[in-house]
Amino acid sequence: MTTAPQRTAPQRSRKARDRISATWLHVLLIPLALVFLAPLWMMLVFSTHPETAIFSPNPPLWFGGAFAENFRGLQADTNFLRALLNSTVIATMYTVLSMLLTSMGGYAFAKFEFPGKNVLFGLILATLTIPTFVTIIPQFILVARDLKMSNTYWAVILPTLANTIGIFYMRQAFLTVPTDLLNAARIDGASEWRIYWQIALPIVRPALAALAILLFLASWNDYLWPLIVLTQKDSYTMPVALGTLVGLTRVSWGGIMVGTAIATVPFLALFLALQRHFVAGIAGGAVKD
Amino acid sequence: MTTAPRPAVTRPAKAGWWARLPKAPYLFILPYLLIFLAFWAWPIVSSFLMSFKDSRLGAAAPYGMANWSRLISDEFFRTALRNTLVILLVQVPLMLSLATALAVALNSRLLRAAGWFRFAFFAPLVVGTVAYSAVFRLLFNTDFGIVNRALTSLGLPAVDWLNQSGPAMTVLILAMTWRWTGYNAIILLAGLQGISEDVYEAASIDGATPWQQFWKITLPLLRPSLLFCLVLSVIGTLQLFTEPALITNSGPGNATMTLGTYLYQQGFRSFNFGYASAIAYTVAAIAAIFSVVQLRLFGRDE
Repeated sequence: MTTAPQRTAPQRSRKARDRISATWLHVLLIPLALVFLAPLWMMLVFSTHPETAIFSPNPPLWFGGAFAENFRGLQADTNFLRALLNSTVIATMYTVLSMLLTSMGGYAFAKFEFPGKNVLFGLILATLTIPTFVTIIPQFILVARDLKMSNTYWAVILPTLANTIGIFYMRQAFLTVPTDLLNAARIDGASEWRIYWQIALPIVRPALAALAILLFLASWNDYLWPLIVLTQKDSYTMPVALGTLVGLTRVSWGGIMVGTAIATVPFLALFLALQRHFVAGIAGGAVKD
Repeated sequence: MTTAPRPAVTRPAKAGWWARLPKAPYLFILPYLLIFLAFWAWPIVSSFLMSFKDSRLGAAAPYGMANWSRLISDEFFRTALRNTLVILLVQVPLMLSLATALAVALNSRLLRAAGWFRFAFFAPLVVGTVAYSAVFRLLFNTDFGIVNRALTSLGLPAVDWLNQSGPAMTVLILAMTWRWTGYNAIILLAGLQGISEDVYEAASIDGATPWQQFWKITLPLLRPSLLFCLVLSVIGTLQLFTEPALITNSGPGNATMTLGTYLYQQGFRSFNFGYASAIAYTVAAIAAIFSVVQLRLFGRDE
């Protein structure tokens, strides 16, 4: 070893230093990761135990057999299945419509020159950092009093369709589509709608997929706006239904944990399967709920 | 929409401006624009006008400064404002430091099982605010909560988390940090991956320690991503509603009441739309001030 050429010495010390750094990295990160997973784990475990077990001196750390019983209690208290149906329909309609609207608008801003373009885009840009709180009261008056849409799916969907971040995200995506390709289709006589629908849209499919996931999730988890415009039990979305239970003492925590688990687990599974799309969507512009 | 007009280029050049005006882009924007104007742009204006109206009387009352002068003397508003700013000034720096550290760690070539760690830290971002608020309320339950069980089993005293102002605020801050750190870490991780390896190699050759590299290379180059996270976090925190509403019920007393829960109470419990609009515009004004300051301090190149 003493005869080894001098220039390997720094390399060996770098390797040793890396080993120490790597050890420290994992020593710090593993407990933190467990802390981050703990609330999810407890949610899953508690959904399978009756309230007496959750509140016992030794709370359960592993699954029990009370899931079905908890679910029946939850269903009796909130008509949870109806709330799930409402949430599914609303989130699906919102996602489809919002993708259509923002992709059409984003396409026009990215791929056309027309009078007023900069003014319109500037107007949308100017509202980007305005908190949604500012609009919530006029929106309520418009939807509930003027349009008389309280307790309908449209009441939840319509105001949230004015998604400013979505239009920026789609504009960015369409900027990557080569204009020559669109012009070639124009020369072949394709209509503008057909060029958008059959040429431009398929090219930005990865961006659309990422946006769709985030829009669906944002709608699925939205709480304040549905809470305001939905006042009848059968029109509640899942977060509103769950929210009515949390403040009460009468309802079983096992039931609430079933509700939170049902609202969350499909997305955890989806997240595992589609991590790339989730990450791309958030990294690419982010739709915050 | 299937009948979008043919492009302008096919028209005769001598036609008037209307014939030369491209119709397609307007038709593509129109559906979004109608929704944007009706449900977003107009409400922004309408809310401002409403803040000068006395809505308690119901019918059209004259314009005036009553709502705004009430804000200044309203002690509940002051409490809500103070609580919101405390959460903002504690939680956002805490979360962004943690998110930066996590992003650097997750980006490290030394990390094993990176996918598993990413899942652990990013999983909370798919959990809805209502769902996690319910879970945190249960975990921090004073008598039965698993957090107090853990504390007592370690020989530490149990804390009456939700019935004391300081601990209740702590629970909110911990809950929000749990929920949003991974979200910010993703944005910062994307920023980190945009930094060229060459810069670090050059710095290594010049003898810079990892610590020096972090402060002299990583942080400055990460500034645009950090600014983006900062602006979003500030706006999000100023609108904080679900967590204080469901975890602490704004309590004990009004100890965790935020601008969000106070606005909800004034607007949708008391139906005092004018006053609630004044609160809403205060939120917007604070958001604007923070955005300008952040851009001045961190966004010099943009």
